[in-house]
Amino acid sequence: MSVSMRILMAPILLVALTLALPILALGITAKKASADPLVVDLSNHLVAITTGFTGTKVLLFGAVENEGDVIVTVRGPDQDMVVRRKERKIGIWVNSESARYKNVPSYYASASNRPIDTIAPQDVLIDYRIGLQNQRFVAESDLTDDDHNVYREALVRNMQTAGLFGERPAKISFLSNQLFRTDIHFPANTPTGTYTINVYLVRSGKIVGVKTTPLVVSKTGISAEVYEFAHRYSALYGIIAVIIAVIAGWIASVAFRKR
Amino acid sequence: MQIYLPIAEISVNIFLILGLGGGVGFLSGLFGVGGGFLITPLLIFYGIPPAVSVATAANQIVASSVSGVFAHWKRGNVDLKMGLVLLGGGIVGSTVGVWVFAWLRSLGQIDLVISLCYVIFLGIIGGMMLFEATRAIFRTRRRGGPIRRSKKHQHSFIHGLPFKMRFYRSGLYISALLPLAIGFFVGMLTALMGVGGGFVMVPAMIYLLGMPTGVVIGTSLFQIIFVTANVTFLQSVQTQTVDVALAILLLIGGVIGAQFGAQFGSRLKAEHLRALLGLLVLSVCLKLLFDLVIEPKDLYSIMPGDL
Repeated sequence: MSVSMRILMAPILLVALTLALPILALGITAKKASADPLVVDLSNHLVAITTGFTGTKVLLFGAVENEGDVIVTVRGPDQDMVVRRKERKIGIWVNSESARYKNVPSYYASASNRPIDTIAPQDVLIDYRIGLQNQRFVAESDLTDDDHNVYREALVRNMQTAGLFGERPAKISFLSNQLFRTDIHFPANTPTGTYTINVYLVRSGKIVGVKTTPLVVSKTGISAEVYEFAHRYSALYGIIAVIIAVIAGWIASVAFRKR
Repeated sequence: MQIYLPIAEISVNIFLILGLGGGVGFLSGLFGVGGGFLITPLLIFYGIPPAVSVATAANQIVASSVSGVFAHWKRGNVDLKMGLVLLGGGIVGSTVGVWVFAWLRSLGQIDLVISLCYVIFLGIIGGMMLFEATRAIFRTRRRGGPIRRSKKHQHSFIHGLPFKMRFYRSGLYISALLPLAIGFFVGMLTALMGVGGGFVMVPAMIYLLGMPTGVVIGTSLFQIIFVTANVTFLQSVQTQTVDVALAILLLIGGVIGAQFGAQFGSRLKAEHLRALLGLLVLSVCLKLLFDLVIEPKDLYSIMPGDL
């Protein structure tokens, strides 16, 4: 229900935003003044992880004034990652060598209205770090180039299996020549934090406009409070966990006492 | 119906977890065992991170031991002095165990150590149970007589150890070092494996300490409560891996399952029960061993590095 509502809302919002554009433009700093008009918004700037959370999608919609291609990238908060390789030792598989990577996005997805490599040349994509293959993961460990490639591939593959890296760019659909929309999917294990969504407007292989919008993923409700409490007052949490168990055990022994 | 576990940070099917607790509760009522050694591997098979499984199972065992100990306490089947000495060793052992757990986790070897511990212990205990029970089944069939019991109060090196203490309830005069050492060892297992350790403690009390079988279960339950409580507390502080929501779900299922299990169990012969339990323990062991031996789908694994 809410999605279809949002689709209906989109054009209305867009009209409102377009009307507001001249006012917004006054506020835009000098370095962005050359950018082509590009308006973007999300159906929701907050993804709330509640007790019943099983993943969700957020609608991204926007408008361009003049025809062009659009690329969207979504990047979760950075984190350090350890990649471990298993080796067979006396018959069993054991974690042996490992590599540590800095600044790995905890979530990455992209979307475009047609295949990204037909929109812009490789060097532009590298400059703007668009697409999974153009993310620079910095290895903390000393690795040969070959090893680095293998570990990097393993990292990407594992993140894709976990549903946190998009397997391939999603589709952006244009409703007219000017209005576009796409869904951003978040799995049940979506990491919390502030996400950065970049929307690029591309015309004849050149990026002519960029819009950045944040998206916050956070836990709310009971599960958030339990998590907060467990990390902030961990000793008290432990004591409470024990007390709950003792009371539950006592109730069970009373309730099922043999008559 | 899905529920998001706050500490494990994944969504699980609420009925599946209740069913899991219920199934293990049924078995523990049926066989009269704690069930920790089944619940931890099953949680891991389901996809709960091993660290969370172990710490949460310890929390769950606090409850199941409390509910079990009351009946034994009322009948005077708890040797308090022996329980306290075992507990002394258990507290030290479990504290060391939690520390070793955190250290292994930072090395990326905790999953392996948990699996190996399970394979070794489940293999030995399941094998022994099955062997002993099948022998008993055949013996009672042939002669119909009871099983020969080994002589009590055998003298061995154990009686030469210093720091002797008198345990009136058990009728023993032995060195305190031995129960301390047993407590320490089982405490380590509680921290590393998320088990109460009854399956090691009970045979050790009967065969090593020579305690009368009547007080063994009550005394073991008594000390397990405090050792698992200590593990729950320390894991909460050190690794924040105790998931209260998961523990409560397992508890509810477990309590209900145990009642059905106990009723069902009274209809089966003791040695048949032991043979069944032995088979069950061995199959969990084989599944874990299988997972260690076959080539994993992906040789590489990832873990956030800011632990």
